Amino acid sequence: MSGLVLKGVSRDFGPVKAVNDVDLVVPNGRFVCLLGPSGCGKTTLLRMIAGLDAPTTGTISIDGEDITRQPTHKRNLGMVFQSLALFPHLTVGGNIAYALRIRGLSKEEQARRVEELLALVHLPGYADRAVSKLSGGQRQRVAIARALAVSPRLFLLDEPLSALDAKLREAMQVELRQLQQQLGITTIVVTHDQREAMTMADTVIVMKGGEIRQAASPVEIYRKPADTFVADFIGSTNLIDISRDGDRAMLLGRPTAVPLPYGVSKATVSVRPEDVELTAPSSELPEAKITFVRDLGGAIEFFLDANGAQVVAVTSPRARPEVAVGDRVGLRLDPARSVVLTR
Amino acid sequence: MRREPARGLVQHLPVIFPGLMLTIFFIVPFGTMVAVSFFRRQQGGFYVPDFVLANYARFLTPFFGNVLVFSLYLAIAVAVVSLIIAVPFTYLIARSRRVTQVLWLVALLSILSLSEVIIGFAWSTLLSRTAGITNLLVRLGLMEAPQALVPGFGAVLTGMVYQAMPYAVLVLYPSMVRLDPTLTEAARTLGASPLKAFFTVVLPALRTTLVATLIMAFIFALGSYLLPQILGRPSHWTLSVLITDQALYQSNMPFAAAMAVFLVLVSLALVALTMFAGKKLEA
Repeated sequence: MSGLVLKGVSRDFGPVKAVNDVDLVVPNGRFVCLLGPSGCGKTTLLRMIAGLDAPTTGTISIDGEDITRQPTHKRNLGMVFQSLALFPHLTVGGNIAYALRIRGLSKEEQARRVEELLALVHLPGYADRAVSKLSGGQRQRVAIARALAVSPRLFLLDEPLSALDAKLREAMQVELRQLQQQLGITTIVVTHDQREAMTMADTVIVMKGGEIRQAASPVEIYRKPADTFVADFIGSTNLIDISRDGDRAMLLGRPTAVPLPYGVSKATVSVRPEDVELTAPSSELPEAKITFVRDLGGAIEFFLDANGAQVVAVTSPRARPEVAVGDRVGLRLDPARSVVLTR
Repeated sequence: MRREPARGLVQHLPVIFPGLMLTIFFIVPFGTMVAVSFFRRQQGGFYVPDFVLANYARFLTPFFGNVLVFSLYLAIAVAVVSLIIAVPFTYLIARSRRVTQVLWLVALLSILSLSEVIIGFAWSTLLSRTAGITNLLVRLGLMEAPQALVPGFGAVLTGMVYQAMPYAVLVLYPSMVRLDPTLTEAARTLGASPLKAFFTVVLPALRTTLVATLIMAFIFALGSYLLPQILGRPSHWTLSVLITDQALYQSNMPFAAAMAVFLVLVSLALVALTMFAGKKLEA
């Protein structure tokens, strides 16, 4: 099996299962995001892949070679830490050349490679700067260049952009993705920011409580969440109860075209706010009262009360329905875009 | 934050008190000592104000020169050995659990509560032939017969390192604890073995603290006058011992003062040299 393979990997910290029986395959050249709330085990998983932490049980292998017990320094990887961990006593060039120096490359080769990497991260001519004199974004780039110095088999990043301000973060996300595609390097990023994961990853792995809840492409995760946690964690969604009444499925007190799987009497439907359409009230559609309107300029959010259930709808300003707070409206939910979740 | 320069008596008050204390307890005594070093000794009496260089001239003999060189050598040895032991030790406790850290630090601080005399005699017993640790080695079959390790240079060094180590740890500890542990992890992901990471990242990152520790242990050891007498032969006596001897037993205050001034100047020069070397290394 080529690529990174994790089999039944668990990590206990005393009675706490930080990572619980995780199976994962990352084909070579893939960009994977480990996404989840804090304490979900994503960082522990990354540290085990890096060898900075050892699994309690399970095996980790790269291209068929078992590396579970291999020490970190023999794994040939590049890692960017949340704190960046730039060496304060070395210059930018010294930081980037560190891995090359450890491997005994000549001074000329080191200097040549440092210039190459600095050009790659758009910081040419910065080799002699002190690390402390750099801005946040520049330090970020140096950390990335340092991790890539030896063309590693794996490129691991632990919340790499969390210290940057929002604008710079978005720019770096795009840049990081382009860099990864340019180099074709297997990359694993840990993040708690779902926008970041959606922007960069080929595969998003949503984790909670030390377990993988769903591993799929960003679009699939968004369109077809596996459970209510994933649906709620990725973007915003409406989670509405659906139940069986005879041979019909009932949603918000009205019969609905949303299909309820055979043999299931109660479930939850996830509908994205942009898939909720506001229409004139009718006897066939669930009815709701508008409680609040938030006009964000680029989008308008309607907060609705449908028989006690809170529903949010989003429209673009162009499609703005002529409604105001207190109006009663009908809710049209697209069955094709509604996901029925049984857990 | 920019501050306005202090104006008037009231605003200067916070610095006046420490300044006063420093003047009374440091500058005045030191000035007195410098002055006395130029006074003339009165045989059988004390000293009379004068301006003679005889005290310094007397110092420039091979005997005192040798003692000075030995004192510096001993102080440097104590500083280096303390550092070599204290660095890995502090690094390990800084990485351990909070409870372990506190226990070790308390144990270490308790050494500081021991008087120098007790430390001296404890070590002289420990290193003696009749009751010393060599008896243990004989019991274990590692040695033929018990041996006296005291008096000797090794004994002096051991006792002084024992005394200087807690101070070295106390200077190192705050920086070691604050050192970002991900620095070592980063070094490891970049291909450095844990030992190599320690030497290429931890030590260089702590360079300033290491130099400070070295200087502190050096100055501390330079002033020691009891342990060399208890644990060493007369050939292991430091300049501090001679100063004590001249001041207390020979009543030759001017000569003692001259030696003390000289010792201060030489150690200041060495400290400056160390700091200069540290700066050079950094550049």
